[in-house]
Amino acid sequence: MTNSTPSASTLSAEDISVWFGERQVLSNVNLVFPANQVTALIGPSGCGKSTFLRTLNRMHELIPGAGLAGSVLLDGVDIYAPEVSPVDVRINIGMVFQKPNPFPTMSIRENILSGLKLSGRKTANADELVETSLRRASIWNEVKDRLNDQALSLSGGQQQRLCIARSLAMDPKVLLMDEPCSALDPGSTRRIEETIEELSESMTVVIVTHNMQQAQRVSHQTAFFLADENTPGGVVEFGSTEQVFNTPVDPRTNDYVNGHFG
Amino acid sequence: MESELANPKANQARRKLNVGPRSRGDRVFFGITSLAANFAFVLVALILVFLMVSAWPALQSQGLAFIYGSTWVADEGAEPIMQLGPMIWGSIQIAFIGILLGTPMAVATAYLIVFMLPSRAAKVATTVVDLMAALPSVVIGLWGLIVFTPVAAHWAQILNQTLGWFPVFAIEGEQPTYVDSPFIAGWIVAVMIVPIITSVTREIFSQMDSGLINGALALGAGRWAVLSRVILPTSRGGILGGVLLGLGRAIGETVAILYVLQLSFDINWYQILEPRGGAVASFILARFGEATPLEFQGLMAAGLVIFVVTLIVNTIASLIVNRSTRRVK
Repeated sequence: MTNSTPSASTLSAEDISVWFGERQVLSNVNLVFPANQVTALIGPSGCGKSTFLRTLNRMHELIPGAGLAGSVLLDGVDIYAPEVSPVDVRINIGMVFQKPNPFPTMSIRENILSGLKLSGRKTANADELVETSLRRASIWNEVKDRLNDQALSLSGGQQQRLCIARSLAMDPKVLLMDEPCSALDPGSTRRIEETIEELSESMTVVIVTHNMQQAQRVSHQTAFFLADENTPGGVVEFGSTEQVFNTPVDPRTNDYVNGHFG
Repeated sequence: MESELANPKANQARRKLNVGPRSRGDRVFFGITSLAANFAFVLVALILVFLMVSAWPALQSQGLAFIYGSTWVADEGAEPIMQLGPMIWGSIQIAFIGILLGTPMAVATAYLIVFMLPSRAAKVATTVVDLMAALPSVVIGLWGLIVFTPVAAHWAQILNQTLGWFPVFAIEGEQPTYVDSPFIAGWIVAVMIVPIITSVTREIFSQMDSGLINGALALGAGRWAVLSRVILPTSRGGILGGVLLGLGRAIGETVAILYVLQLSFDINWYQILEPRGGAVASFILARFGEATPLEFQGLMAAGLVIFVVTLIVNTIASLIVNRSTRRVK
């Protein structure tokens, strides 16, 4: 982890619209996530930002009745192209969920290696991969003596960092995080934010957050999502985090980041 | 001073709280519900007492050989020899075959219903499977005899001709018929226990934490990997409970097996395609009509054996199901 690796990728969403059944929930979202940048997606509940995040690694298509228009390009390649396998997409574009979800029947070590097992891959040096992944998620020192303990024996914050480490073991080019700290205490939140900063040296990060301070602390650029009543959600404003929070162009962005609604 | 602060009124009398039924209507209602609740328990206890009393003389005269011996001679006039060994072994054998065949079917059905079918089709499938459980066993027996036996006999023939070198699938006699075997009885039991195992497994699957499944998918897992490495390991306790509930039914199954199995006291340890096997419950039914008073006692003892085994299996099953339902939640 001494120097930034070139394995990070640029992800771009072009004209993404999303439906659940007949109901359209997102309309024409255009966003670019440059390599090694952290992008925060903010906006009130129900504006479609988590849904949008799930379109970025094809988790969206697993919901019955889900529809999609537009394309998502990973280094210029459309991840929804017919010849692209969703398994490869999800390995390249990892995801961390709101609620920590370590596998309860597996040990800490097995959780780290679970991605390989689940996708039918092998590694030459499992021990090294376990250590590297846990180090990158800054949890190695806490768990190195209890790698064979059940994952559920960890605290909530540790479980979430274990889940981050589990994603990192697949060596993703992009990491998607869906409110990763919303179930955690402030101390755990701070540690994960530090981890995100380190991770951006080697990958592209997209994070959904409801916490304005968090968006300002961790992200380079910010997209503000909004959905008016009975209309699909969309991006109101997208720019550098500093610009979006300090000199927002759209008055609705100004209201939201200053806590006037949402 | 300090102790007084910590416990200022140590000697205070505790009031009696009135938590029982208050009005007359309450008391009547309470009486009826507790009567109903205890009725099942009392009934089970009474049946147990009845069986023990009726079975006692036979058990006393036959001793432990009643369980492991394999001779049943209970003609008028002579001292009866009643040894149930082949029937007990047959019950175990058939239940085992039934579970071996039925569990994968049931788990696959539950998986389909919970994780693959759209919700309307899932409701229909659930109802159909539950209806299967309501089929009278005599209907299943007749279907087994008339419709299923010819089909299964064909499967048995293929098994015998391809895997006959393996002792389990060998047949000793010449010109085998491939019917009336534990193999076919096992299939019939499988059909009868699939609804029970499916319904327990479906319940466990539908309480699965979807976060775990999403987590696995996000790591690049396919459907099979999610099932085998995440869903099954998390829910195996509950499935085991469902299997044991099925086992309870399999052991007690009577009529359906009687139609498709040749009962024999020539014990059949493992040759499941041979037309001889055993089943305690079916044996009782087969002998009951023409039993002498002494043989009747022996049949009661046989009933006691099934009753106790089923009670134990079902109790363990309920404990496992309860515990793992809690854990999955």
